[in-house]
Formats: sequence, C-alpha cells, structure tokens
Amino acid sequence: MRRSLDTSLQLAVPAALVVAVGIGSTLVSRSNEIYFLNALVSVAIVVAIYVFIGNSGVLSFGQISFVAVGAFVAGVMTIPLESKTGVLPELFPILRDHTVGNVASLVLGAAAGGVFALIVGLPLMRLSGLAAGIATFAVLEVTHNILREWTKIGPGATTLSLVPETTDALQATLGALLVVAAAFAYQRSRFGRRLRASREDPAAARGVGVGVHRERLWAFTVSGALAGFAGALLVHLLGSITTEQVYLELTFLTLAMLVIGGLTSLWGAVVGALLVSGLDSFLIEAEQGVTIGFTLDLPQGTRLIFLGAIMALVLIVRPTGLTGGREFRLP
Amino acid sequence: MTVLAAVDAQTLADSVGLGAIYALMAVGIGLVFGVLRLVNFAYGQLIMAGAYTLAFTAHWRVVWSIVACLVVVVVLSLAMERAVFRPLRGASPAVMLVTTFAIAFMLQAVALLVDIRDDTIGEIATSIAPLNQPVTVQGVDIRKITIVAIVVAVVALALLALLLLKTTIGLHMRAAAADFPTARLLGVRANRVIAFAVLLSGVLAATVAVLLTVQFPFVGPDFALRETIVVLVGVVVGGIDRLWTATLGGFAIGFATGVINGALPTEQTVFLPSAVFGLVILVLLLRPAGLFAWGRPAAERV
Repeated sequence: MRRSLDTSLQLAVPAALVVAVGIGSTLVSRSNEIYFLNALVSVAIVVAIYVFIGNSGVLSFGQISFVAVGAFVAGVMTIPLESKTGVLPELFPILRDHTVGNVASLVLGAAAGGVFALIVGLPLMRLSGLAAGIATFAVLEVTHNILREWTKIGPGATTLSLVPETTDALQATLGALLVVAAAFAYQRSRFGRRLRASREDPAAARGVGVGVHRERLWAFTVSGALAGFAGALLVHLLGSITTEQVYLELTFLTLAMLVIGGLTSLWGAVVGALLVSGLDSFLIEAEQGVTIGFTLDLPQGTRLIFLGAIMALVLIVRPTGLTGGREFRLP
Repeated sequence: MTVLAAVDAQTLADSVGLGAIYALMAVGIGLVFGVLRLVNFAYGQLIMAGAYTLAFTAHWRVVWSIVACLVVVVVLSLAMERAVFRPLRGASPAVMLVTTFAIAFMLQAVALLVDIRDDTIGEIATSIAPLNQPVTVQGVDIRKITIVAIVVAVVALALLALLLLKTTIGLHMRAAAADFPTARLLGVRANRVIAFAVLLSGVLAATVAVLLTVQFPFVGPDFALRETIVVLVGVVVGGIDRLWTATLGGFAIGFATGVINGALPTEQTVFLPSAVFGLVILVLLLRPAGLFAWGRPAAERV
C-alpha cells in the first residue's frame, strides 16, 4: 500500500508543481506571465535531457541540438503561407509551400527531434564517459553550424520571426505535464529499468543480458523526441528565434538546472528547472528594483554574476543536487 | 597527404602557429585534470582575465604589462582552486564540470560589468601589436607572432617536461596523476601538488593570453571562450588521461582547423565547424580512448 502510494506520488507531486506554476501564471500581471511560461518550457527541456542523462549516467552536451531542430521545424512550418515566401524565399519547396497548425507542428517537432536523435545515436551510443560528452557536443556544433548557414531549411543567421505565439498558460502546462508523464512512464518501463541498471553497473547489467547499446539508443531517441517537442513549445512561446538561442548558453543553463536539482531523478529535473528559472526571473526583476519586505535593487548587469555564484555555491554545498538525485517521497 | 598538397606553405605555417597556442592551453587543462580529474571549463576565463589586464595596462611598459597579466591570472587560478576546486574534490565529473561552467558564467558577467562601466563593450590591448607584422621567409609571409608562438610553445613544453621529469615536485605530480591515493600514502602532499599544478596552468594561461591578444587585440567578455571549447574537445580526442596525448590532441585540433580552413573552397568555409566537428566524431568513434593513446586497452565499449 505504502509502496504504491510512494510510486504514484513520484509522478503526482512533480505534476502538481507544474500545474501550480501554470495556474500561477494566470494570476500574475501580463509582464510577469512570461517568467512562469518560461519556467514551464524549461521544465520540458530539462526533463527531456534528464530522460537520457539521468537514466543512462552518460553525459551529453548534445540534447539542445534536438531542441533546436524541433524549434526550427515547428517554427518554419507554422509561419503563415502568405508571408513565408517573402521572408524565407530560399526554402525547399516542400517547406515553403506547406503550413500546418499548432498541434501538428508540436508533433512534427517531436518527430524531427526523435528521428534525428535515432540517426545520431546509432553510432554515438557506443561511446561512454568523456568521449560520449565530447561527441555529443560535436553534434551540437554541427547542428548549429548547419542551421545557421543553410538557408534552404531555415532562416540561416537571421531571426526566424512571424511564428504564431500559441504557447499560452494552457499549452505550456499541458506540454510540460506531457513531458513529465512520458519521462515517468519511460523510467518505470522495463526499458528504463534496464538502462538504470546499466548506469549503476554496466558489467553486471550486461551480465544479466541487458543490451546496453540498444537501451541507451532507446533513451536517446525518447529524449530527442521530447526535446524536439519542448523546442516546438519554446518557439511558439517566443514567436521568433535565432540559432544562438538554442546553442551553448541554453546547453549550459539547462545542464546546470539538471545537476543542481539532482542528476538522477525526475523530481530533481523538475525542481532544478523551476528553482533556477525562478531565481533567474527574480534576479531580472531585482535589477529593476523589487520589494520583498525591503527594496532590493541590484546594479545593472549583476544578474549573471549572482546566478553563476549561486549555482556554483549550491553545487559546492550539495554536490548531489538539491534532491540528492532521489525521487519525491513523503518524509 | 593529398589534403596537405592542396594547401600552401602559408596555411601550413598559420596552422602550426594555431596548433602551438592550442597545445599550450591543452597542457594547462591537462595538468589540472591529471591531479584533480576535473575538466576546467573556466580556463578560458583565466585567459580572458589576463587579456583584460593587458588591455588595461596597455600604456605601461610591455614587460610590466606582461608581469601584471601573469600575476592576475596566477592569483585568480589559485583563488579558483581554493574556493571551488578544493571543496569539490571527489565529486562526480559532471558536477565538477557544471560548477566550472557556473564559474565561467560568473567571470564572464564580471567582465561584462567592467565593460558596461566605461560604456564600451571590449577593450583594446595594443602594446605588443607590432609582432603581428609579417616577415617574408622564402616567399611565404609569416607573421612574427606565429614564430614567437611556436618558439614559446616549444620552450614552455621543454621546460615543463624538465620540471616533470627531473624535479621532486614534478615526480610528485606524475605520481599523483597516476594514482592519487597511493601517492598520498607514500608521502605526497595533496594540497601542495594540486596548488602547484594549478599554478603552472595559470602561468600557461597568462602566456596564452599574451600570445592571443597580439593576434586578436580586441578583448571582450567572450575572449578565448571559443578557443577553450575547441581545445577541450581536442584534449579529449587526443586522450585526456595523459599529459602528452592531451597536448598532442590540442595541437592536432588547432592544426586540423587551420588546414581544413585552407583546403575548403572559399564559399564553403562557413561550414568549417561542421567539417572539424564531423572529423572529431569520426575520430572518437574509431579511437574512443584517444587518438594518440597507443598500446593501451580501449576505453569501455558498449
């Protein structure tokens, strides 16, 4: 009884937190709403990354490539037809002459991310440790380079704009919930359990018949699809995007969120994403002056100094992350 | 060698110069990794701090400007060791790496703040710019700095090799890199060895700061960031477990970048990163333990 309660809480509590943030976004002013929606999209991205890194224990710096691919596919495919030929004249005809709706673009983003991850993962999942980290980073570099320079598939180095801003409170909440639920379902499935066994002890896992390469590839693909989906949410939140927004800085920030929350648990991914985006939003406001009992007014430009310092401090004090890498449980 | 035939002596000289600077950075990163098992992503920000020092002291005599750069970078790296690396000893590699991301973030933001204060993004360090002039050797224009960079790299690496092979502290460092717990049992003082490795890597960072500012006198918060990322990749591709394979890896990626840049047709050079990192993926798949890691068992393959 207690066990099944614990299990359902492992999904219910993170989900409730996501819903609370979603409801919170409707209660605040229009100018603050964006912070809440940003936090929800961050949850989607970080949980997507967690599905691979957290379950496999293999470090990847490449998951933002799938966010980028999802964002650009969804963005390019939802720009209204009448303006598309004007702003993106060099596109391949198949991309130029078709436009899909909001939901279909989310599905397309997920599909693109998943397929790309599967293709990339097929050779790369043989690697472990630092070699895997660097190889996936190389994927990010190549993806960014091609998206930035090849104007037949996207806007190139210019901004992709005129994307319908359809990620409102409802879509952000549902999207984040979907990603959290998918991550939970994966880690409870036999695929997830086999992969987690290989994370703890690769040799023993192989000994009992776990195909480590195949399990990692599964997780990489699921993670890629969820990341593509999260990218589609992101582009519909921002309305316009450049390749630089889905590159190094996002990679470091989302990875920091995951490690600060606790690398090896879904709960850690959700907590890390929400707390770090919350902190970031607070610091943005504090630069303008904010009243919390007293008036806090940080000098301009100090936000990133505080953000970096606090992140480093949390990791020094709690190297296993705020949740210790454990799922939520009642005290 | 057909690729080499496609590039001229000019490109070759530039590639070796770039490789030399990258090799110095690779040694700096590899030294700290050897004793701490920590990949220091904030290494580029040490170089950036040195470059800012050079920019702010540009009106001083060159020697004092370089001394100031050395002092600032070494003090900053020792402070980083004391405040960040020491409490993190024994943490997982991912945590150590991400913490150095955060530190890099922070130092970059500090640099940006310094820039905002005087209303210009970036500073100019011009004191030793004359080294950027070319000399002509047998019809090939070689910038003086390329020669300086190669000479400095060779001398620095030779001195380092002497230090590691012939002195007690060098022996301690090699012992610590091979097996830290056993080395400590045999009387190697952990804090001293680590501080010394960090100090050496700081000296190298300052050297790189000088060499880079001559070629790129415009100093901004992201100075050396790109180079650090590329060198980190090169270090792992070469084989991070040993200092000399890491160094060769750093040199190789600098050299390869230069050669590929020369070999690509002009309209395709925008795809240089794709070509270089595509090659990186290929090498990692073929030799996961490191390109130069001969005669050792391959890393765990799954």
